[in-house]
Amino acid sequence: MELKLIFDKPKTMTDAKTHYCPGCGHGVVHRLIAEVIDELGIRERTVGIAPVGCAVNAYEYWDIDMCEAAHGRVGAVATGIKRSRPELIVFGYQGDGDLAAIGLAETLHAANRGENITIIFINNATYGMTGGQTAPTTLPGQITRTSPNGRDPSNEGYPMRIAEMIAFLEAPVYVERTEVTSTETIFKTKQAIKKAFKLQMENKGYTFVEILSGCPNEWHLNPVEANKWIESEMTKFFPLGVYKDKYPNIK
Amino acid sequence: MKQFVKGNDALSEAAIIAGCRHYFGYPITPQNEITAYMARRMKEVGGVFIQAESETAAINMVFGAAATGVRTMTTTSSPGFSLMQEGVSYLAAGHLPCVIANIMRGGPGLGNIAGAQGDYFQAVKGGGHGDYKLIVLTPAYVQEMIDFTILGFDLADKYLIPVLILVDGIVGQMVEPAEFPQNYVPKVYDKPWALTGAKGRPKNVVRTLWLDDNGVELNNIRLQQKYARIKAEFVMYEEYMTEDAEVILVAYGTPARICKAITKKMREEGRKVGTFRIQSAFPFPEYRLMELALQKHLKGFLVVEMSAGQMVEDVRLSVKDYKPVYFYGRMGGALPEEKSIVEHTLEILRIKV
Repeated sequence: MELKLIFDKPKTMTDAKTHYCPGCGHGVVHRLIAEVIDELGIRERTVGIAPVGCAVNAYEYWDIDMCEAAHGRVGAVATGIKRSRPELIVFGYQGDGDLAAIGLAETLHAANRGENITIIFINNATYGMTGGQTAPTTLPGQITRTSPNGRDPSNEGYPMRIAEMIAFLEAPVYVERTEVTSTETIFKTKQAIKKAFKLQMENKGYTFVEILSGCPNEWHLNPVEANKWIESEMTKFFPLGVYKDKYPNIK
Repeated sequence: MKQFVKGNDALSEAAIIAGCRHYFGYPITPQNEITAYMARRMKEVGGVFIQAESETAAINMVFGAAATGVRTMTTTSSPGFSLMQEGVSYLAAGHLPCVIANIMRGGPGLGNIAGAQGDYFQAVKGGGHGDYKLIVLTPAYVQEMIDFTILGFDLADKYLIPVLILVDGIVGQMVEPAEFPQNYVPKVYDKPWALTGAKGRPKNVVRTLWLDDNGVELNNIRLQQKYARIKAEFVMYEEYMTEDAEVILVAYGTPARICKAITKKMREEGRKVGTFRIQSAFPFPEYRLMELALQKHLKGFLVVEMSAGQMVEDVRLSVKDYKPVYFYGRMGGALPEEKSIVEHTLEILRIKV
C-alpha cells in the first residue's frame, strides 16, 4: 500500500514545542501565519517581530528571521525594518496589552503613515503573561486580577475597539476582525492573514488583522467554555467583519 | 576646503558622509537644525527620513533599522534622551550598532533650551535598565562634530554598540570654520547577524530576552567582555600644556575650550597650568589621568563642567587619592566664568606641597 502524506507541519514552523496553554489561540494563529508564508513562498524574505507578552518567545516557533521589540514598540521597530529593507515582508505579532495600551501611539502612527507592513493583533481581553490583569480590551464587568469586582467603565473606561480605530484612519488598506473558535472561523482567519500579506507583497500599504483568541487559563474557563465566551460575549463588543478593504478584488 | 558651518548641520552632513541613509528623529531644541537638515538631505541622497511620533518611537525605529544592518541614526536633546533610554538599553542588549546624538540642554525637567552638560551620568553610567555601556564621544569643536560622527559610525559597526555623541547645545549651535572629508568612502562591515530574510542560511534572531537559566547572564558576560576590549583598544583625549603643569584643568565640550584659553593666558603670565580635554567619556582616559597624577610637580586637578559635577566623579576614580581633585561648575545652561576658573586655579597653585 502506498502511503500518502495528507497533512504536515508547515515548513515555516520549527520543531520547537510551543509553551502556550491548552485552548489558547496563539498556537493556532502561529500555524496559520506559517501556512500563509509557505503558500505565498515568502519564507526567505519575511521578518517577524515578536511582542512582549505571551508570544514573547514567538521567534522560537517560526523558521524565519525574527526580531524582538520592547513592550508596545512593534509598530516603530517594524517601521525601521521595512523602511531599511523594503523588499522584506514584515509582520508584527502583538497582544492587546502590547498593542492597545503601552504601544497605542506606535500602533496608530505606523498605521497612519501607511507603513507597508502587516500587524496581527491577538485580542484575548486580558494580560495573559503577567497573570490576567485588566487590558484595554477587557469587557465591562469582566473579572481580572486588577478588576476583582469586574471592569467598571466609570473607573477603567470602556474596552477599546482597535480594528475600528485603525479603519477610521485614512492610510490603512485592509482591516478585518476574526476569531479562531471553529474550523470555519479559523479558515476565515487564514484568508484574512493571507490577504493582508498579499497586499503587502503588492506594496498596497498597511494591513491589520485583529483575532479574538481564548485565554482559558486567565478567564478561569475550560477551553470549550472559553470558545463559547468568545462567541457569545466578546463578539458582542468586538463584532467580526471587514472594517476596511481598499482592494476587495484581491483575495 | 574649510567653510563656515553650524555644529548641528556639520553633524548631519557628516552622518550622510559616513553612509547613514536612515534617520529617525523628533524635534526638540536645541537640535532642531538636524531634523530639518535630514528631512531635506535624506531625500536628496535617496535615504529615509521619518519624523517619529515621539522620541520613544524614534529610537525604536533606529532599533529596527539597525537590526537589518544599515547605518542608522537619531538625534535629540536632554528631555528627549530621557525618553530614549528604554530603546538605548535594548539596542545595547541586542548588540546593535547605531549613532545617537544628545545635544544637551538645561535640566532637570523641561529645564531650558540653553546648552548644558547635565546628562553625563545618563550617558556614561547607563540611563536605561541593566548593565550596559555606550561609547560616548564628546566634541568641543564643529570640526569634531564632523570627525566624531564619522568615527562614531565606524566604532558602532566595529564593536556592535550604540555610539553616543554627547555635546552641549553651544557646540551644536556654534558656527565656525570646519572641513568635511573629501572622497571619503565608508568602511563596509560584514553583518551576518542582520535581518535580511533567511535566504540560504539559518534564520537570524535579534533578541534581548532569554527566559532560560543563564541566557541573560551569558549575554551580560559578552557585553562586559566587549566593553573591556573597547577600553583596551580605544580612548580619546587632548592634552594642552600638561607636561610640567602644576594645575590641570579637566573638561569636555564648551568648558574645555574656555579652559584652553585660560591655560594659554595663565601660561603667558608664567603660571604652570594645563588643560586635559576629554574626547571620549566612555572609555574614560583613566590611565593617562593617573600618569599625570603621578607627576611630582602636579598639585591637583580642577574639573570644570556645566553641571553639578558629574564628570568629577570619574576623574576622582581615575586618579584615586594620588592628587586632589577640585570642582567648579555652573548649572542649568549657565557658562563657567573665566574669572571663577582663574580664581580656583590660583588657589590650587598657592597650595604648598
